[in-house]
Amino acid sequence: MKSFDYAAPRTLDEALSLVAQNPQAQVLAGGTDLLVQLKNGRRETDLVIDLKRIAELKTIAFDPKKGLTVGAAVPCAQLCAHADLRQHYPSLAEVAGLIGGTAIQGRASLGGNLCNAAPSADSVPLMIALAAQARVAGPQGIRDVPVEDFCVAPGKNLLAPGEFLVNIFFPIPAAGFHAQYLRFTPRNEMDIAVVGVGVSTRVENGKITAARIALASVAPTPLFVKEAGDSLIGQAPTPEAIAQAASLAQAAAKPISDMRAPADYRRHLCGVLTRRALTAALAQ
Amino acid sequence: MSTPQYSLIGTRPPRHDGADKVTGRALYGADLKMSGLLHGSILRSPHAHARILSIDTSKAAAHPDCRGIVTAADFPATPERIVDLGEGETPLSYIRGNMLASGKVLYEGHAVAAVAATSAQAAAEIAKLIEMKYEPLPCVLTAPAAMAPGAPLLHPDLRCKEFGQPTTAPSNVADHFRQVMGNSEEGFAQADIVIEREFTTSTVHQGYIEPHTATALWNNDGRLLIWCATQGSFVVRDSVACMLDLPVSRVRVTPMEIGGGFGGKVPVYVEPVAALLSQKTGHPVKITMTRREVLEGSGPTPGSFIRVKIGAKKDGTLVAAQAYLAYEAGAYPGAMVSPAATCVFAAYDIPNQTIDGYDVVVNKPSTAPYRAPGATNAAFATETVLDEIAETLKLDPLDLRIRNAAKEGTRRADGAKFRRIGCLEVLETMKAHPHYSAPLGEPSHAAAQRGRGVAVGFWMNAGLPSSCTLNVHADGSVGLIEGSTDIGGSRTSIAMQAAEVLGLQSEDMRPSVVDTDTIGYTGVTGGSRTTFATGWAAHDAAQDVVRQMKERAARLWQVEEVQFANGVFTGGEHKLTFKQLAARVGEIGAPVVGRASVNPRGAGGSFAGVIVDVEVDMETGKTSIIRFTSVQDAGKAIHPSYVEGQMQGGSVQGIGWALNEEYFMSAEGRMMNASFLDYRMPTALDVPMIDTAIVEVPNPVHPYGVRGVGEANIVAPPAAIANAIHAATGHRMRHLPMNPPSVMAAILRG
Ligand SMILES: Cc1cc2nc3c(=O)[nH]c(=O)nc-3n(C[C@H](O)[C@H](O)[C@H](O)COP(=O)(O)OP(=O)(O)OC[C@H]3O[C@@H](n4cnc5c(N)ncnc54)[C@H](O)[C@@H]3O)c2cc1C
Repeated sequence: MKSFDYAAPRTLDEALSLVAQNPQAQVLAGGTDLLVQLKNGRRETDLVIDLKRIAELKTIAFDPKKGLTVGAAVPCAQLCAHADLRQHYPSLAEVAGLIGGTAIQGRASLGGNLCNAAPSADSVPLMIALAAQARVAGPQGIRDVPVEDFCVAPGKNLLAPGEFLVNIFFPIPAAGFHAQYLRFTPRNEMDIAVVGVGVSTRVENGKITAARIALASVAPTPLFVKEAGDSLIGQAPTPEAIAQAASLAQAAAKPISDMRAPADYRRHLCGVLTRRALTAALAQ
Repeated sequence: MSTPQYSLIGTRPPRHDGADKVTGRALYGADLKMSGLLHGSILRSPHAHARILSIDTSKAAAHPDCRGIVTAADFPATPERIVDLGEGETPLSYIRGNMLASGKVLYEGHAVAAVAATSAQAAAEIAKLIEMKYEPLPCVLTAPAAMAPGAPLLHPDLRCKEFGQPTTAPSNVADHFRQVMGNSEEGFAQADIVIEREFTTSTVHQGYIEPHTATALWNNDGRLLIWCATQGSFVVRDSVACMLDLPVSRVRVTPMEIGGGFGGKVPVYVEPVAALLSQKTGHPVKITMTRREVLEGSGPTPGSFIRVKIGAKKDGTLVAAQAYLAYEAGAYPGAMVSPAATCVFAAYDIPNQTIDGYDVVVNKPSTAPYRAPGATNAAFATETVLDEIAETLKLDPLDLRIRNAAKEGTRRADGAKFRRIGCLEVLETMKAHPHYSAPLGEPSHAAAQRGRGVAVGFWMNAGLPSSCTLNVHADGSVGLIEGSTDIGGSRTSIAMQAAEVLGLQSEDMRPSVVDTDTIGYTGVTGGSRTTFATGWAAHDAAQDVVRQMKERAARLWQVEEVQFANGVFTGGEHKLTFKQLAARVGEIGAPVVGRASVNPRGAGGSFAGVIVDVEVDMETGKTSIIRFTSVQDAGKAIHPSYVEGQMQGGSVQGIGWALNEEYFMSAEGRMMNASFLDYRMPTALDVPMIDTAIVEVPNPVHPYGVRGVGEANIVAPPAAIANAIHAATGHRMRHLPMNPPSVMAAILRG
């Protein structure tokens, strides 16, 4: 590992100018991806800019009318412990408690999980299902991006040089809304999702009125399968409707074979997990 | 036979190294610091098989932090000779070649050069500056591929030893042997049912937490001092001396605390390289492997191709068996297929047997022992074929095994005849265990199914020399000096065997594991031999102490005869406890120093069985272990907690081997999962509490009846789990690992 300098700006503006002046720098949230990658040589840098001292990136704000804003560097442990979050976004608290173990959760952030842009990132399919928006700051100001558009290739996101993620916003769940994330790992913990499925559904008067489905580990980026969710709209939550959505999700998957699992197995799991996740969400 | 009564043996005192280990004070190899210390880093081959065209070290040498670079050319010029370092006869060039490649690289991760620098970080960066030119060659990765006609050859000089005779054609098969007992063809002709199946198992690693580490100082007086993590300091001494062409007296090895070995820390890897770097730089040099280096550059255990055929009568009597065992040695010969042959049918009395073994080189790391090396692969085959026979004949799988169990006098195909063994007792304990008759319980969800499986395994255990010295101190405590690296509590289980003789408590003993100058020759902590053999030496050394103490007492009391019982010396009307007498030894005469060394035969093999319940998710193919019971013959459990620890550890490793662990190789021979993230060993969340049942059929030759327990417990788990998966799903798994994709594929095939 190469030696590097370290900077810890205290304000957004300070951070913006540091990032703009050092396009080769790596920004740091919890470091549970970045430090591992620096150590094993997958990334190199001369400067690490730590964003954990900036108030906007470290706060959770809940507005019962609008929704939840999670600072990009808030560690998962804090999400798990947040009362409003647990009450209104139980699936998000659950996924925060799924990433790594206790020690990792003390550092790992949703922002880091998203910016790292791993196809297997556990929180991203759920954030897509929750219709989350990523708030990006840069030299040109602030812009909001739907989470499903954020990752563009394995390890690559759409941030332009000089930009970084400030927070992630989750709209307030409507009545009859439920979400669920399921992942499959050969080991029960400390493993990378062979397939992950995030779903959300809204049922009104016995009919599904909204549904979103997204997949992990079956494409170069977390995959939003709009048509699978759309197929449920207007339908009663029956096993047949669920099966049809599951097969659409399975059909959209473009997995590869690697040391973690063969492609045909991943495709098979997409169907199984989508069905299970939808069944669980609709049963709530 | 009446059971002897012991006061200390069989109890569970705290371990002597416990406080240091739980507080982080214990010193491991990587903790070592000394003035002038340099750090070494090894450059390794990116190719599975390639000719080395050139090594250009000029850029690396020019780096300001570089202090020295070595390659295979730095070994002393020694003519080729055959050496035996305890693992069989091997050309010196093979042993050296695995430390630093010369001519060709034979696996990805094969060491080619090493750098010493002022920091570990600098050494790693400088190693990258060494310019290597390779000519890549086609590689072979499995035994069948390496044995196929026209396969690329790893060693142009390697000739197969066929039935003990040299042959002339170049080959990747180093050895083909056959063991015959009775006539298996005639045996099969008498059978009512014959089942023959093929099996494959993947390369797996021992997965010890502590990476290999060694610090070497080539001292100005010409002595080479080494501190390292090893299972056998004398093996390190002898190996390094052999490779560097030194008399053994020039090398001193100090074993540091060890973070696991399981056989993988019997061979040396970084020790001779650190020594060469120290010779070159005049400084002490430390080399510590990364996890990737451990997986790619140390010795995993062989993958294998196995065919087993077993014939039985309708009543379940086994009449004939045949095995074809082709084991992958990795880059250099030595696949441990001969112990596999010993173990493959060892649990059964089968009159007609033919066993063929093949030791096959492939372009993977040179294999090392791993807990009952060879036996687990073999039992996977035998024990699942037996399960199929029991199923076909509608017999209880344990009844089938009990009917055919090996006993005292049963002969194996390798010619050996069993002395008193506990195979039957283990099987009967399994049959009577509440687990075996307990209901399976309801599956946890609609798509889940449960099943139960059993299997039994054998390991013959080793003897080998051990030495022990006891120093009696004035306060009645006893310093125990030994040379066995303590991996699983052996300081205590050895000390207890001396303390029992002396009538002392375990806490009265002060065990120390010392360097190769300070204790007599002691074999490796391996082969499940340490509690058996070093414990025996401790027992004998304690008797030597008693003899000397009696002599001191006789002089003190001016009596002819002194008795010693229950920790008390008596002579005439005189009486002193061990401690009281120890306090007075100074006034009587010379200090009391007891010593003994042993080289025992009759290690007394151990049998271990498993009952396991699994739940298979029929939609994902994932197997969960619901309940697991390990039953093992310990002969005599000196410290039952450490016996249970061995049983639980072997079981967990067996579960990992069964379900997920494997070297996932690309077609080019690259290991794609060289990290503990993707080399999926089980975590605490993947295994239930492992229940244990210790069986005690004393080993007739040992003073306390000890049999080694370190290994047999890993043998049965993969087979038992395969049988349980069959019970749950109706599918027979014949490849390890039985990971979710492969179980799912079997379910989908229907
Ligand atoms: C032992 C272990 C277990 C793990 N288990 C899981 C798991 O179960 N599931 C899972 O999905 N992941 C897992 N991970 C991966 C990792 O913990 C998660 O991806 C985590 O969410 C990353 O967050 P972080 O804050 O540590 O990110 P960091 O490592 O700090 O950053 C990750 C990447 O994002 C960039 N980045 C961070 N913040 C910003 C920002 N505000 N703006 C722009 N770029 C930014 C960094 O430059 C870096 O490239 C595990 C990691 C370890 C070491």
